[in-house]
Amino acid sequence: MIKAHFKKQMQTPGGMVWLDIDLNIAQGEFITLFGESGAGKTTFLRILAGLTQAEEGAIKVGGQVWFDSHCGTNLAVPKRSIGFVFQESSLFPNMTVRENLEYACRGQKSVQEWINTLGLNGLEGQRPSQLSGGQKQKVALARAIVRQPQILLLDEPLSDLDISARLNLQDVIIKVYQKTGITTILVSHNLSEIFKLSKKVFVLEHGKITKTGSPQEVFVKDNLSSKFKFTGEIIKISKDGVLNILTLSIGNQVIKMVASDEEISGLTVGSNVVVASKAFKLTP
Amino acid sequence: MHEELQPLLLTFELAVVVTAVLFIIGLPLAYWLAFSRGRFKYIIEAMVSLPLVLPPTVIGFYLLVIFSPQHILGHFFESILGVRVVFSFLGLVIGSVVFSLPFMVNPLKAGFQNFPIILKEASDCLGKSRWQTLASVVLPNIRPALLTGMVMTFAHTIGEFGVVLMIGGNIPGQTRLASIAIYNEVEALNYSTAGLFSLILVLISFSVLFVFYYLNRKSPGLF
Repeated sequence: MIKAHFKKQMQTPGGMVWLDIDLNIAQGEFITLFGESGAGKTTFLRILAGLTQAEEGAIKVGGQVWFDSHCGTNLAVPKRSIGFVFQESSLFPNMTVRENLEYACRGQKSVQEWINTLGLNGLEGQRPSQLSGGQKQKVALARAIVRQPQILLLDEPLSDLDISARLNLQDVIIKVYQKTGITTILVSHNLSEIFKLSKKVFVLEHGKITKTGSPQEVFVKDNLSSKFKFTGEIIKISKDGVLNILTLSIGNQVIKMVASDEEISGLTVGSNVVVASKAFKLTP
Repeated sequence: MHEELQPLLLTFELAVVVTAVLFIIGLPLAYWLAFSRGRFKYIIEAMVSLPLVLPPTVIGFYLLVIFSPQHILGHFFESILGVRVVFSFLGLVIGSVVFSLPFMVNPLKAGFQNFPIILKEASDCLGKSRWQTLASVVLPNIRPALLTGMVMTFAHTIGEFGVVLMIGGNIPGQTRLASIAIYNEVEALNYSTAGLFSLILVLISFSVLFVFYYLNRKSPGLF
């Protein structure tokens, strides 16, 4: 169980904002922090990891106090049992893939096991500069998890990847979570990703948590509607005669749908949309 | 022949010792200057770079005064430790260390400052101590800066004249370096020996710099 309540002043493009957090996360939960840029998502992860210090408050993980401003307790970063995957590549350029993993954990068996599990075979001898963006983040994930931390912190690790690499890494994250059951905190502002990966979402706005619940509860307000709704990301906008064809990524599926000129105005590749349908058919 | 080459051998012995000493002193100093936010940092930074702008004779003069037996430091070395600093090899080492300090510290400081902080944070998050991070992550990834500091220090020490003449004098076999020997030979109108010494210094300095640039070309970039 993570119990965190703290305050931290943040410099944002709109001026100084207080990050004011008070939340509990159960052990083994997969939660997502959602919010605009500058809302405090990354700062929250950094404070949890100890890379940034809160001005006041306390953080308790599994009964151990990691930070308490009143007692002056501030556990050093290396002593916090965390795995951190950063937004940009943080692999050590002087080490191969295997050496990056072995640096995190000397256990050869564990390293090989994660190389096999995440499909990194064949890449062990490569240096980070020889890997694609998706491969780098996959190795970073393996390196974060190989030392069996208590918490996995994912700071928008998929945001710089193309759609196929992103879908692939989403599956890898699910695999890691199912295998380890590790408490995972993902920072994301991608709705399709959140719907696919997490059970619980905290919406962060101007430093404060404004909504909490399942992705469905938080993002699809009208739950009692007879309409069937799902969230997806536009991966292509094309024209066929007079029709606009939207290609959407929804979960693991890629679908195509027709949209009017009015509907597609303001939409671009990468935009998140809610697709609603009243007529649908279930097939066993 | 061996006696004639003595100044060259002494010069390279001095360059090796000074490079080693400055690497040991320069590494923690450069690390501190790169990451410290204290106000004293700027005073130390200015002092480190002083040899770049001062005439070598000024530094040589102060070192000569400070380490003369009449002054506290010189007295301490001579009467307590039984070591004479001025007009000795030790004096040459101290003078060269002071004079070449910026050539070691400044490249190392730049290397630390340009090192991506995210790699240090990633290592911290993997539970590694400060020393483990420094040895396994930071130093291997600032290798070009380490190499630059060492080569520049070595090459600069080979070419010293003013400071070493002031504090070391011109004692054959003890403090007469190649640069001083060349000056002596020219004054004695012995141009052939001066020419030989000069040619050897040029060839060795060029070789050191060539190897340095070649190795730096081969070092992998950070990303």
